[in-house]
Amino acid sequence: MIREPVLVRWGLRAFAIAYVVMLVLWPVGLVVTHTFADGFGNVIQALSDPVVIAALALTAQVTVWSVMLNLFFGVGISLLLVRYDFWGKRALSALVDLPLSVSPVVVGLALMLVYNRNAPVGGFLYSIGYQIIFSTPGMILATVFVALPLVVREVVPVLTEIGDEQEQAGRSLGANGWQVFSRITLPGIKWAVVYGVVLALARSLGEFGAVKVVSGNIALRTQTATLVVEETYQNFEQGTAYTVALILTFAAVLCITVVSILRPKEKQT
Amino acid sequence: MTTTDPGLSGIDLDVPPVKPSRGRAVGTQRSLTPGATLGLGIAVVWFSLLVLIPLAVVIGTGVAGGPDRFWAALTNSQTLSAIGLTVGVSLVATAINVVVGTIIAWVLVRDRFWGKSILNVTIDIPFALPTIVAGLVLLSLYGRGSPLGLDVANTRWAVGLAIAFVTLPFVVRTVQPVLEELEADVEEAASSLGASSLTTFRRVILPSLFPAITAGAALSFARGISEYGSLVLLSGNLPNRTEVVSVRVLTHIENGDLASASAIATGMLVIALSVIVVLDVIQRRVARRDS
Repeated sequence: MIREPVLVRWGLRAFAIAYVVMLVLWPVGLVVTHTFADGFGNVIQALSDPVVIAALALTAQVTVWSVMLNLFFGVGISLLLVRYDFWGKRALSALVDLPLSVSPVVVGLALMLVYNRNAPVGGFLYSIGYQIIFSTPGMILATVFVALPLVVREVVPVLTEIGDEQEQAGRSLGANGWQVFSRITLPGIKWAVVYGVVLALARSLGEFGAVKVVSGNIALRTQTATLVVEETYQNFEQGTAYTVALILTFAAVLCITVVSILRPKEKQT
Repeated sequence: MTTTDPGLSGIDLDVPPVKPSRGRAVGTQRSLTPGATLGLGIAVVWFSLLVLIPLAVVIGTGVAGGPDRFWAALTNSQTLSAIGLTVGVSLVATAINVVVGTIIAWVLVRDRFWGKSILNVTIDIPFALPTIVAGLVLLSLYGRGSPLGLDVANTRWAVGLAIAFVTLPFVVRTVQPVLEELEADVEEAASSLGASSLTTFRRVILPSLFPAITAGAALSFARGISEYGSLVLLSGNLPNRTEVVSVRVLTHIENGDLASASAIATGMLVIALSVIVVLDVIQRRVARRDS
């Protein structure tokens, strides 16, 4: 392994730290100081605002649905991609990553075009009593869309690595599909599923652009926490904006910290 | 027993052969079972309803007005200036990320110092932080009332800052694992043959990092041109000055001009798809080299 000269090493270290501090750590730290600039006043004011409470509750609801749907389909799609051969597999495998590079605004536009009340699909769903756009189901769809690749990207490499010899053995000993999955496959991919879920959780809590397009941003009804941050900041209620931003920041940092604490554990077992 | 599995040959169980023609060497259940076919069906329907059909409808709506309208929507002067700004800033941010991201990955893998794990976790913050919050936090350090005495809010610097923030993790996180896996003996061989550290880095390490850096750069560029949330509070969305492509699309949506919105969105989707293709090609090339 090459050893760079000490000065170069210190230089690189200082540069890396300075860049990350200036771009990420310091700005994120300022949210805390701005929120508590006048003690707990901002927090109390924000948390006694029914609009804020409704938005936090809606964000929680949308996140739970989005994470559950992504957990179910993410693990399912991963199993199909790794364990089976079928026509179009390469295309599916590549397309699963697509939501990572599509603009949230385009995601919102796409869902709006298909599921609005005047479109064929959206119109049909509306006629049987399901309003998708400007309502919670549309926001859940938008959130599921943007978080879709996260579970798959975590689970696929692990599933590939553990191989299927144990699954084969289990099957040859008479275990049925569900027994093989729950007793052999699932314990092997457990941590990958947890990382995927936590990352999907962070992404779902914070989705903004796609939700903004499909939600209509109606206070108390379709306004999520991120939309509240935008609106309150623009209405000069900065204390409320910073408080909600701090709650979201705390959730995001908690998620990535959990992942980083869990990750080394996997290598030991 | 007709199973050829050596691991089970000693066990005398009266089970039917698992599946014909599945040698240990292949060792995988490749063809679809009825249950898996059902699962694939459900997954494809879900994926189509959620992703494929909506995106196809965007392209359909974009080109429905004919090539002239499509072209007119894309070459509207305000849109052109938004495209120019977004692509330009994303290219610069990607170039910065290629250099800085590789340095950060290097420091995280090769260096040891107190607080390294904090640095490591911090890299993921831009990925997990809601984009609107990212805009807010950058505004509090680089906007009005900044502790640094700077105010870049509503300028093109703000656009660059936001895009540099949200794209930070990509190159670091693609290069880091490759750097961890690099074999030390190749570097030792190079230096024992008289190569300097710099030469070893340039001729031995950098070439093996190249696919990872390219993949990270592609992701970073794709993320950059599609960025919206972090710019809302930070850039002011001034037409012809700080307005990015996503904001143009949103303005068209809000004005009810879905055809123009879809035309621009189609352009963005083409770029997103080409990034996916680039990544797929890189992945396959690396996999082939490894095997």
